[in-house]
Amino acid sequence: MKHLIGFITKNLLRMVLLLLCVAIVTFALISISPIDPLSANVGQTALGSLSAEQIAKLEEYWGVGQPPVTRFVAWAKDFIRGDMGVSLLYRQNVSAIIGERLKNSLLLMTLAWLLSGILGFLLGIIAGARKGSLADKLIQGYCLTISSTPVFWLALILLLIFAVWLKWVPIGLSVPIGVEAADVTFLDRLRHAILPALTLSITGIANICLHTREKLIDVMNSDYVLFAKARGDKTGRIVRRHGIRNILLPAITLQFASISEIFGGSILVEQVFSYPGLGQAAVTAGLGSDVPLLLAITIISAAIVFAGNFTANVLYGVIDPRMRKGVKR
Amino acid sequence: MPLLKVENLSISFRQYTKAFQQTALIVVRALDLSINPGEMVAIVGSSGSGKSLLAHAILGILPYNASMAGRLYYDDKPLDKKRVETLRGKEIVLVPQGITYLDPLMKAGRQIHNGQRGKAAHQKTLSILSRYGLDEKTAERYPFELSGGMARRVLISSAVYSEPRLVIADEPTPGLHIQAARRVLGHFREMAEKDAGVLLITHDLELARQTCDRIVVFYAGYTIEEALARDFDQVETLRHPYTRALWQAMPQNRFSAEDGRQPAAHINPEGCIYAPRCKDASDLCRQSIPYQPLRGGYVRCIRKEHYDT
Repeated sequence: MKHLIGFITKNLLRMVLLLLCVAIVTFALISISPIDPLSANVGQTALGSLSAEQIAKLEEYWGVGQPPVTRFVAWAKDFIRGDMGVSLLYRQNVSAIIGERLKNSLLLMTLAWLLSGILGFLLGIIAGARKGSLADKLIQGYCLTISSTPVFWLALILLLIFAVWLKWVPIGLSVPIGVEAADVTFLDRLRHAILPALTLSITGIANICLHTREKLIDVMNSDYVLFAKARGDKTGRIVRRHGIRNILLPAITLQFASISEIFGGSILVEQVFSYPGLGQAAVTAGLGSDVPLLLAITIISAAIVFAGNFTANVLYGVIDPRMRKGVKR
Repeated sequence: MPLLKVENLSISFRQYTKAFQQTALIVVRALDLSINPGEMVAIVGSSGSGKSLLAHAILGILPYNASMAGRLYYDDKPLDKKRVETLRGKEIVLVPQGITYLDPLMKAGRQIHNGQRGKAAHQKTLSILSRYGLDEKTAERYPFELSGGMARRVLISSAVYSEPRLVIADEPTPGLHIQAARRVLGHFREMAEKDAGVLLITHDLELARQTCDRIVVFYAGYTIEEALARDFDQVETLRHPYTRALWQAMPQNRFSAEDGRQPAAHINPEGCIYAPRCKDASDLCRQSIPYQPLRGGYVRCIRKEHYDT
């Protein structure tokens, strides 16, 4: 227990350091970008009609001419207090936008993450247990094809088939059009999330499936599986008794570590499905020079990805007896 | 009536030498032995000579690219793949080499009773463990918490759990100090005393001599001699020039090694496999050499009269 607390503290410290680094790098990149706070916030035409005094006033307000370090410290101070600034494009507090967008994205990503994890693991077991069989070849073929398919293209194809031709699911957005926010049910949200989530998970499956297959083949070639065979165990029983036990941990770890990929994929998928999530907001913010929003999204995504990896690490320590008990001795 | 009889067993592997050229690498060429109930028989050969394959062949668990020929009899009836599937893990058990044969993420107890549920299984596991001097905490341990000697005894426990009639022990002693090794072999002797047949696969001739009833010597894919353990008391009672050279090489004897080395698996001279190193080899040795009885044992040597003292 004492070890676990130490482990968590150490990792939290690491997370703070990482976020600091991410913040510094992002801030540095943005400050060398050609975004001019005045023309971005006031607009090019309005800027032309302003007097020199007005411009000087605005420049002082936006901190033009101040050294980057001063600007960074000012921004970071506010950020830590919870004030992420006001979004240029949405004219709302950044924290409010992120809260709303994150809710949408989390539904989408959780669905995709669970689907890809469970399906990928099952397919990987089928392929690995019967290596060289027709099922194995089909599953491998699927995985390799999907891995080499761009996710946005796949999203377009699925959108075409299921939303345009078959009309099973809505074509985009996260809620029905023309319905009051209060009347939107969870089922409505689910119906809108299902196709983007499916698209995301289809690509996620390949990763976890190929990994599981490889691990299971290793296990099936191990000495202890040979011994199980010598004891008269059939393949099915061996997979259930020894296979799953030995591949579940690495699979869980990989799945938690793959949050970053799902996150990256969600940006493209949200764009295709016009799904108002964090990914779409990131694209909008980037294209629209919305600096406060872009900065905040970067920090939040880094935190989420780190949290995924962190969870994987903690789970390993808690579940694997070799790590759990190894410390005690 | 022997419990297990192996006649002219050969084992080969399909191998790709060039991109699409397949050849068969014959690792075991002619292996003969038999085990009676209540008897402990050792098959002795140098490390990496393919002895372990015998265990896998008997149990029908050779890898997919291996094939075997020859005859196996268990209880005087042919032991084919179908029959061994019903017997392995019950009447015929394997005691593997070491800790890697235990699932690293499963507690020892569950590996001994192999997933049988209920109090009876648990009680039986504990009583077997205590027979081998292991306390009940061992059942709750994971393999990484066991020492090498404890892991060996856990593996033996898993073998005796099903009350087998034939025990095949594949190198059960390497890495153990001499007392621990003797104790482990003592456990096999106890099984033989309960009328099980025990086949010990080992490279340790001295240990085999001390603990087994009969010793079969394996050289470059052939069994070349079958001797009683006491035949190793002096060199004159041994039947094959290689076995005699082995005797000379033992530390308590002359401790002197012969020149040359065992030919690799892909080299197969005409006639006697040992002829290139044999001091007494003659033109006669170029023909194929039968495995013949001699003084209560067997020998694969055409000049056996030469050694019939």
